[in-house]
Amino acid sequence: MHLASAVDPQLADLSNKLIYSAMAVYLIAMFCYMFEWTFGSKGAVAVRSIEQAGLAETVAAAETRAAKKVTVTVASAGGGTTTLTRTALAGEGATVVTSGRGADEEDGPGAAGSSEKADLSGRIAVSLTVLGAMLHAGGVLTRGLSVSRWPWGNMYEFSCAFALSMTVAYIGLLAAKKKARWLGLPVTLAVLLTLGVAVSVLYTESEQLVPALHSYWLAIHVSTAIVCGGAMYAAFIGTLLYLGKDTFDRRIAAGLTTGPLGTSASIWRRLPAASTLDKFSYRINAMVFPLWTFTIIAGAIWAEAAWGKYWEWDPKETWSFITWVAYACYLHARATAGWKGRKAAYLAVLAFACYLFNYYGVNIFVTGKHSYAGI
Amino acid sequence: MSKTTTDSELPPATEAAAEEAAERLTTAPVESDGPTGIGVLGWLRWMWRQLTSMRVALILLFLLSLAAIPGSLIPQNGQNQFKVETWKTQHTTVAPVYEKLQLFDVYSSVWFSAIYILLFVSLAGCIVPRTWQFVGVLRARPPAAPRNLTRMPVYAAWRTDADAETVNAAAHALLRRRRFRANLAGGSVAAEKGYLREVGNLVFHLSLFALLGGFAWASLASGTGGKLMVGGEGYSNTITQLDDFTGSRFYGTEDLDPFYLKLESFKSSFQTKGDQIGAAREFTANVEYYAGSDASKLAKGTIEVNHPLEIGGSKVYLIGHGYAPVITVKNAAGEVVYTGATPFLPQDGNLTSTGVVKVSDYGDKDGKKTQMGFSGFFLPTAPLSFEGTGPISLFPGDAAPELVLNAFAGDLGTDSGLPQNVYQLNQKNLTQLQQDGQPAKARLKPGQTWELPDGYGTVTFERYTQWASFNISHRPGNEIALAGGVLAILGLVGSLFVQRRRIWVRAVALPGGGTLVELAGLARSESAKIAEELAELAVDLQDDAPATDEDPATDEDPADPGSPADPGDAAGNPVDVPESDESDEASAPSDPAVPADQNSKE
Ligand code: HEM
Repeated sequence: MHLASAVDPQLADLSNKLIYSAMAVYLIAMFCYMFEWTFGSKGAVAVRSIEQAGLAETVAAAETRAAKKVTVTVASAGGGTTTLTRTALAGEGATVVTSGRGADEEDGPGAAGSSEKADLSGRIAVSLTVLGAMLHAGGVLTRGLSVSRWPWGNMYEFSCAFALSMTVAYIGLLAAKKKARWLGLPVTLAVLLTLGVAVSVLYTESEQLVPALHSYWLAIHVSTAIVCGGAMYAAFIGTLLYLGKDTFDRRIAAGLTTGPLGTSASIWRRLPAASTLDKFSYRINAMVFPLWTFTIIAGAIWAEAAWGKYWEWDPKETWSFITWVAYACYLHARATAGWKGRKAAYLAVLAFACYLFNYYGVNIFVTGKHSYAGI
Repeated sequence: MSKTTTDSELPPATEAAAEEAAERLTTAPVESDGPTGIGVLGWLRWMWRQLTSMRVALILLFLLSLAAIPGSLIPQNGQNQFKVETWKTQHTTVAPVYEKLQLFDVYSSVWFSAIYILLFVSLAGCIVPRTWQFVGVLRARPPAAPRNLTRMPVYAAWRTDADAETVNAAAHALLRRRRFRANLAGGSVAAEKGYLREVGNLVFHLSLFALLGGFAWASLASGTGGKLMVGGEGYSNTITQLDDFTGSRFYGTEDLDPFYLKLESFKSSFQTKGDQIGAAREFTANVEYYAGSDASKLAKGTIEVNHPLEIGGSKVYLIGHGYAPVITVKNAAGEVVYTGATPFLPQDGNLTSTGVVKVSDYGDKDGKKTQMGFSGFFLPTAPLSFEGTGPISLFPGDAAPELVLNAFAGDLGTDSGLPQNVYQLNQKNLTQLQQDGQPAKARLKPGQTWELPDGYGTVTFERYTQWASFNISHRPGNEIALAGGVLAILGLVGSLFVQRRRIWVRAVALPGGGTLVELAGLARSESAKIAEELAELAVDLQDDAPATDEDPATDEDPADPGSPADPGDAAGNPVDVPESDESDEASAPSDPAVPADQNSKE
C-alpha cells in the first residue's frame, strides 16, 4: 500500500476562502442589481431604448457632419412607428429599409430606466460581478493547483466551475457590448444558489481523484459539460423572461395593468422585447447544441475506454441523451410552423430541467456508474 | 438589358408560385393537411405524409425522450441483473406489471424500439426527398427576383444616373465576388449563398443513420467475457478458461480472439486521511501477454481503469479487484492437503471480503475419506474488536490484515458432478466444527496457524496477494459510430451557424430619366446580419451606381469623403461617395421608401 500523492493544504484552504469571498461579493452585486431595478422604476419609463437614443444621436451627428452614414430602418409589424435599430455605413443617398419580424417590438431601456441613480447602482453591480468572478476564478484555479489536476473531479468542484462559466458568459456578453445588464440579477442569483448548494451540501475537501477519473477525457468531457451548463442556464433565464414578457404583453393588450403574478408593469417594460429575449435564448441554445453533442460523444469515447462499451444506458448517459433529444426537439419546434414562440419556449424550459435533473437528481438520487468522489 | 425573360411573362398563378418558392429558404417539408385523394391509396399517402412531417418528427422526438426516462429510474436487466432481482422481491405487487410492460428492459422493449424505428422511418422519408430537392436547388438558378422587392424583409433603393444594364452587370459581378451564386436575367440579379446550411442539415440527419448502424453492428457482432485472476495466474482466451462469456449472433464461443494473458501483480492505493478517507486513488494491473499462440512474443503491459489493453482484436478492461489469502491446510498426519491463494469477494467499500476454501482430499485421522470446507472473512484493516459490528474492515488498504475462519467437515458435494459456486459452501452435508460448545472460529494474522479442534489438523494463513478481474470485450462497429458522431457535429455546425440567404438587385430605367436601383434580401428570421450585408453591398455597388442628388439645395459638404472609418465595408476600400443628400428620406422614390407590406416571411 502506498500513499496517494500530496495535497497542498494551504492552497486548498485559500481556494475555500476565495470561493467564500466571491460569494460575498456576488451577494453585494446582487443587492446592487436589485437597487438598480428598484430605483429604475421611479424614473419615468422611457419607451425609447438606449440604443434607439444612441441611434438618434448618430443620425443627428450624421446630419450635421453629413457623414456617409446610412441608417437601417426597421418598421414595426404593427405598421405604426418606424424605429431605427441599426446603422450601417454606406454610400450617401442610399436608404436601407428593413422590415420584418424580430424588431416588431421595442426593447425596454434596461433595469435602470431613465434614473441616473439606478444606472450608477447597475454599474457598481457590474464591477462587483467582475470582481466576484475574479475571486471565483482564483478559487477554482487554486483548488486545481492544490492537487495538480483539473478542478472538476467531484460535484463541489463541478458546481464551482459551472457557476463560474455562467458569470464569465454574462461578463463576456457585456464585454462584447451586448445589452445584457438585465441578466445581471438573475445570473448573480443563479450563481449564488449554485455556489450555496456547493459549499453547504456538496462540499468535500481537496483530494486526488478516484482512478475512474484518471483520464484526459476529464479535461475534455467535463469542461465542455460545464460550459454547456453555464450557457444553457443563461438561455434558460432568457426563456423564462421571454415567457413572462410575452404574458405581460398579452395582459397589456387585454387591458390589464400588471405583469404575470401581479408583478409591476415597470419591471417588464424595462426588459427587452419578448422577441429579443426569445432570440437571445435561441441563439445561445443553438450555439450550445453542437457543443453538447460533442460532450456526449466525448463521454461515449471515455466510457469506451473506461468500461468497454461506449453506450450502456447508464442513468447519467440516459439523461444526457434525454437532454439532447429535448434540445433537438426545441430546435425542431423552432423550425416547425405552429410551434414557434411559447410552445417552443416550454420545450426549452423542459430541456433545461432535464439538464438540471441530470446534474443534481441523477448524481444524488440515482446510482449508476458515474461516480463523483465525496458525494 | 439581358434578354432572358422570367417572371414578367409568367401567368399570375405561376408567378405567385414562383414568388413563394423565392421566399422559401429551406427544404423542410411544408405542413399540409389538404386532401390527398380518396381510397386506401389516399389514406396511405396521407399517413406517409403525416409520418414524414415536421410536426410528427417533433412529437416522436418528444416521445423518445419521455420513453428513455423509466429506464434510468428502474433497474435494468442489461446493466445489473442482481439489482433487478432485489427490486422485484421488494415490490412484489407491481413487479409482474412492470415485467409485462418490459420496464426492466426499456431500451430493447417493443415500445421504445417502435418509437425510434418510426423516428428513423420518418427521418428517411424526410431526408430522401429533401436531398433530391436540394440537388434540384443546386442545379437550378437562384429563384428570380419577386416583382415587388419592397415586400422583402430587407430593402434598399436609390436613384442613379448610371445606365441600368451597367448597374445590373456590376451587381452581378459584385455578388459573384462575394461568393454568391448569382444569375443575371430579366433585368435583375438573383443571388443565393449559404448552401452549407442545408448540406450540414442533411449530413447531420444522415449521420444519425451511421450512429444507428454502428449500434446495430456492435450488438450483432460483439462479445464479452469475464476473467478473475490472482496475482501470478495466467489464462488462454478460450471458452473453457473464461469465467463467463456472452456472445452474439456473429461472435460466438468459437470466434474468441486467441491470446494469452497473465496477471503479474496488482497494485492499489487509497486515500488515508480527510473526509474522503478510503477513496481509491490508484489501481494498476501489471500483466504479461501475447496475441495468437506464439509464446515467444510475450510482452509486458499494464492495465488501469480508463486504460484498457488491446490484444489481438479484443480489449481487456480492469473491472474489479480484491484480496486473495494464501492458506495451507495440513491434515492430522501433518501432510499438506491444500495450499493456495483463494480470491475473496469484496462486500463493501472498505473491502470486507468473503470467501470459501474447499479441501476435497482431506482424509482424516483414521484415513477415512472426508472433505473440509472453510468459510470466512478477509479484513484488510481489521478492528480491534468485532463487538457490536461483526467482522468488518475499517479501510480498504491492508493496514491490519486479518482472516476470520469457520471450519466445516463432511461432504462438500463436489463429487456430484453438478457445477458449484466456488464462492459458496453447500452446507447440506457439512457439520461445523465445535469448540467448547461453540462453533469453532479463528482470527488469524498473516503467518499464524490455527489448530483445528477434534484433531482435524491445522490451517495456516501464510500471506495474501491481490486478485483482479477483467472484462474481455470484442466490439466492432465503434469506428462507424464514431464517424457518425463526428459527422453529426460537423453537420450541426454547418446547419446552425451558416445562414442561407438570398439577395436580389434590380435596376430599371425610370421614365423621367435616371435609373432606380433596388436591393432586397431575405434570410431566416434568426439572422440580423442580412441588413448589414445588404448595406455593405449597397455601398460597394454605389461605386458603379452613384446616387444622384435629389435636392442639391440642402447639400452639405462632406468633410472627408474618403474617410476609412467604415467598419461595415468588408472590402476595406474607402467608398467613393457622391454628393451628400441629407433629405433622401423625403426625396427617395416614393414607392420603395416606405415598405408597402411589412409582413414577415416564414
Ligand atoms: C432522429 C431524430 C432527429 C434528430 C435528433 C434531429 C435533430 C435536429 C436538429 C438538432 C436540428 C436543428 C438544426 C437546424 O435547426 O438546422 C434539426 C433540423 C431539422 N430537422 Fe431534424 N432531427 C431528427 C429527425 C428529423 C426528422 C424525422 C425530420 C423530418 C420530418 C427532420 C427534419 C428536420 C428539418 C427539415 C430540419 C431543418 C429545419 C430548418 O431548416 O431549420 N428531422 N433536426
